[in-house]
Amino acid sequence: MSTAFVESVDVSGGEIIRPETTLDTAPTDSILKVRGLTKRFPMPRDRFFGPRPTLTAVAGISFELVAGETLALVGESGCGKSTVGNLVLNLIAPTEGTIAFEGEDLSRADAARWRARRRDMQLIFQDSGSALDPRLTIDRQVAEGLDIHAIGTVSDRLDRAHRMLEAVGLGGDLVGRYPHELSGGQQQRAVIARALVVEPKLVVCDEPVAALDVSVQAQVVNLLQDLQQAYGLTYLFISHDLSVVRHVADRVAVMYLGRFVEVARRDVLFARPAHPYSRALIGAVPAARSRHGRKVHPVALAGEPPSPMFPPIGCALNPRCPFATDRCRRETPELRSLAGGGLVACHHAEGLP
Amino acid sequence: MRMSAETTSAPVPADPNADAPAPRGEPFWRMPALVWLAAGFLVLVALIATFAQVLTPFAYEDTNLLYRLKPPFWSPLSMEGHVLGTDKLGRDLLSRLLVATQVSIALALLGTLIGAVLGTALGILAAHYGGIVDEIVMMLVDWQAAMPFLIIALAVLAFFGNNFYLFLALMGLAGWETYARLTRGLVLSAREQGYALAVRALGARPWRLYTRHILPNVIGPLIVQLTLNFPQTILLETSLSFLGLGIQPPLTSLGQMLGEGRDYLLTSWWLAVIPGAVIFITTLSMSLFGDWLRTRLDPTQR
Repeated sequence: MSTAFVESVDVSGGEIIRPETTLDTAPTDSILKVRGLTKRFPMPRDRFFGPRPTLTAVAGISFELVAGETLALVGESGCGKSTVGNLVLNLIAPTEGTIAFEGEDLSRADAARWRARRRDMQLIFQDSGSALDPRLTIDRQVAEGLDIHAIGTVSDRLDRAHRMLEAVGLGGDLVGRYPHELSGGQQQRAVIARALVVEPKLVVCDEPVAALDVSVQAQVVNLLQDLQQAYGLTYLFISHDLSVVRHVADRVAVMYLGRFVEVARRDVLFARPAHPYSRALIGAVPAARSRHGRKVHPVALAGEPPSPMFPPIGCALNPRCPFATDRCRRETPELRSLAGGGLVACHHAEGLP
Repeated sequence: MRMSAETTSAPVPADPNADAPAPRGEPFWRMPALVWLAAGFLVLVALIATFAQVLTPFAYEDTNLLYRLKPPFWSPLSMEGHVLGTDKLGRDLLSRLLVATQVSIALALLGTLIGAVLGTALGILAAHYGGIVDEIVMMLVDWQAAMPFLIIALAVLAFFGNNFYLFLALMGLAGWETYARLTRGLVLSAREQGYALAVRALGARPWRLYTRHILPNVIGPLIVQLTLNFPQTILLETSLSFLGLGIQPPLTSLGQMLGEGRDYLLTSWWLAVIPGAVIFITTLSMSLFGDWLRTRLDPTQR
């Protein structure tokens, strides 16, 4: 696993700062470059002649992925992390922002170009039960990606599918089964095989283990890591489960109400979360407080996350944050680099108790 | 860094249901007796519809006014050779029944298929494009549903005159709106399923998505609709032929035979009852078989 990574962010003027210049990763290594990604969903009017409210699911986020790394997106349900995954693969169209894959700006790409590009950018789903077509045997479904992208000869494709299924631990007579004849873990393996058979470079894993039993989760997580090493994959790993994230991620981006509030290397984030929201999340994981040398002071947040239709003015966390000041209620904090490494969007990150 | 549970390459424990027979593996002959009967009757009807001209003992339009309204074989008054008796013009009822079955089945089958294909295609288009296309298709559906189709058919036939192909087109138009509405709803919900998104994420064109994934997954209710629509199409044909605007003599159909036999219900009841029974058993068999087929086509329904 490559430990190299780049963190960069578009701060106010569009100037790109590289906070971790010690890590000599050339910019050409970045496989995915996302700038100012925004998605607003129009919502139904609440009154007949009223204005049309919009829900901002993703509010202008920027990040880069280096080939071979795993960036985890974490946050509560509804924070927009799955939307980011769908936006990156253009399964939903962004309202604003650009996505460049291997240096090719795909913001203006037409549907045909995106279809061709999908060979390199794949998705692993959360709900493997519904992600498989109930009417096709799993080897047929795995071979379908080869059909779509005309990889190999027609006679060769089913063999390739069988080899891929073998590689994810579904050998023997399991390959000819229908999805409903498989267990949840086996279904998820089939979903993984279907995504990887076309030999993608980037894989968006959208809560890949959230629907599985804990014992099976471990198997699937290990499988994903083995496959990453075997095929040199880059993962955008979306999860709300911090214990899983700590196993797989090289870097972690914490999302709250459609924004990144903190981006840091995994060890930095889990040892010294800087943002009050990260501290609340990590402090809520029981193991997080005993495993690392420095105890994370848990932050108790008040109440529920506000509706993304009516985000608070200033810092999105200010109504819930125990450290909120007047500045937090006026001014939206931008992501900025911290001395200890990582980026944080908090006015008072250094001065918190 | 590894999680502590067993590694991934370990063999996956066998599914406890592994010994249960796979739904597709079950041989088709293990269908219930009633379905067997229905299927047998449908095969018979299909054979009659295909080979009616060969099977008829008499030419179906040959009249013999000396032997009018002869009863079927069980009556002492029956005539040798005319197994099901004769009608008001002395035509052999069995021969007419065979040809009428051929005509009615062909009309209903073609009409139902035209309606099914047209309605399904429009339903998929409405669901896929949404917006203005959806609005137009659904407006047509509402328009068709609001107009009594028999009246439209009568008007069209009265205006343009009777013609086999026009009649066939009307049969096809009779049921399309139910398929369109049904397909649209089914496709809209199937599109939200994970597998539809997954196939899109794989880079498939819409054509592949609809023909290979969505259509096979929604075909069950459409087949049921087909089996419901088939008798309706027969009944529409019956009604129009009964009113004299359908199949024209000397050609015959089950509906026309029923209409003609109705005048003799008190004296020669078999003239109406026999074609009526053929209609009844055919449509019932179609429904029974269609229902069984739906269960079998769906691997999750067991």
